[in-house]
Amino acid sequence: MADSFYMSRLAIFGLVVVALMVVVAIFAPWIATHDVGATDLSNIYREPSAAHWFGTDATGRDVFSRVVFGARISLQVGIVVVVVSSVVGTIIGALAGYYGGWIDRVVSGYVFNVFLAFPGLLLAIALVAFLGSGLNKLILALCIIGWVGYARLIRGQVLKVREYDFVQAARALGASDLRILFVHILPNAVQPLIVQASLGMAGAVLSEASLSFLGLGVPPPAPSWGVMIDEARGFNTLMSAPHVLIFPGIAIALTVLAFNFIGDGLREYLDPRQRKR
Amino acid sequence: MKYKLLGALRRIAILLLVVWTVVSLVTLLIDLVPGDPAVAILGEQATPEQVAQFREKHGLDRPPFFFSFPRDPSGARHFEWHGLSNRYTEYWWGLLHGDMGRSFRTDEPVIKLIFARYPATIELAIAALLIAVAIAIPLGVLAGRHKGTWIDSFSSVLALVGISLPGFVIGPMLVYLFAVKLGWLSASGRFYPEDIILPAITLGAALSAILTRMVRSSVIEELGEDYVRTARAKGLSENKVVYKHVLKNGLIPVVTILGLQLGVLLAGAIITEKIFGWPGIGLLLVEDGINKRDYRLIQGCVLVISVTYILANTLTDMVYRWLDPRIRVS
Repeated sequence: MADSFYMSRLAIFGLVVVALMVVVAIFAPWIATHDVGATDLSNIYREPSAAHWFGTDATGRDVFSRVVFGARISLQVGIVVVVVSSVVGTIIGALAGYYGGWIDRVVSGYVFNVFLAFPGLLLAIALVAFLGSGLNKLILALCIIGWVGYARLIRGQVLKVREYDFVQAARALGASDLRILFVHILPNAVQPLIVQASLGMAGAVLSEASLSFLGLGVPPPAPSWGVMIDEARGFNTLMSAPHVLIFPGIAIALTVLAFNFIGDGLREYLDPRQRKR
Repeated sequence: MKYKLLGALRRIAILLLVVWTVVSLVTLLIDLVPGDPAVAILGEQATPEQVAQFREKHGLDRPPFFFSFPRDPSGARHFEWHGLSNRYTEYWWGLLHGDMGRSFRTDEPVIKLIFARYPATIELAIAALLIAVAIAIPLGVLAGRHKGTWIDSFSSVLALVGISLPGFVIGPMLVYLFAVKLGWLSASGRFYPEDIILPAITLGAALSAILTRMVRSSVIEELGEDYVRTARAKGLSENKVVYKHVLKNGLIPVVTILGLQLGVLLAGAIITEKIFGWPGIGLLLVEDGINKRDYRLIQGCVLVISVTYILANTLTDMVYRWLDPRIRVS
């Protein structure tokens, strides 16, 4: 029990961090103290101070303002990727699970196996390498690797719920397939979907930063956290201004940690069997 | 016996299907490249003859697939059959002969470039695996034995932090600490044996976190079994009970995760290799492939990394089935 109490406190911590992130992302232009792109070569590698809360980077840009605007990019990518892939995944998973037959054989026998057997990040890297980099292409690539997890989850849920008595009853009363699917089956599958979405946010934020770090995401002048870390890891920067690396690093780690805490907390909350462990 | 054979055949069928899909994707993706790859490589000032020669040499003048739907002069699309002289067949034909084409940039055979770098990546992945195991087993056992105490909570939080800290955050911080501040290790490259330490820790951190959680729940589960009571009753020390009996059974699921994670490590190595300038296949992919738009090299690297990943997964699955017969039937 002590364990579950501890975990739920972590989930609350996660919620607080995410709420803070959302506020920062929405009000970024008012929170940022400087112009994100403005370089100032007479003011490089400044330590954190009252003028520059997180210091300045190799070209004298204000690190605090860039971290603030970075939250926008991360959340934007995360939300779009999670919404698109969960909707697409839910539709495909529900169709496959509900109708079975050849649709299910193609989706769960072939597509799931292919995606499972393929390292997601590598597929995203390959797609962006061929498509060219940019925010929209990055989001597209992450959606392509992302929907499968939701489809698998929903398919499993539908297979389970389909056999319940109340669904059989609805069918006996003459409800249409669509009505059964949307009114009776899907609401019962929403809980694990929320857990998956929360963990999916963590994954999307991490993937965006990874691809941007590799130079495959948002192109450099934009304040993506991944780009900031890539720019900060040169020997000179590390030697004279490690804070340029540390602040975006903390931002990524906190965000990913927060979504993971929420996902884990929700899973334990929704599945009391796990709570005892 | 029947199930065993069927299961193995099924695995092999899936394996072949997946490999076929990967090769097809890798072959066809090059058509998504915006603009002409030949112009991207040769530059805007290349003469039409140079471009034509380049396209012919690398097979870019052939159609991408068996058929296409080109536009008529009137603008409507029609079906056109190209026969066997297409890039898809040519790439397959080359692959079956151990040929992945030549680099767009250096004209060297791609397969040669890849296998020059491959050992460094495998070395890194194995080192990361070892480090992860060396951290996870003692930490997981400690947490499992002291379930519910602060030791347990502490190691759970540590594990979650490890999962959430991406390699490109841990890596540069390690460089800062050990190369810049302390000067104990070099920041990048692969010249001395100790150069592998920082990249291996970076790559293994997330895995060790996942493993710690698994070892912990395995230990907790096994400690409740009857044989543990027997072992304790016959007077074995607690250390012997845990390390000789519990771990042996508890490690079966951990072995699976290890195998599955070997593939994840190979993919993650792309980032780690970039951080530390570790001359593996990931660095080849990023620096020589993607940055220089050498699409033939990108194809080869993606293909080799994916196939290694797929093989590692399939092997793990088979070892797992062999280790634990209960899974075979279901």
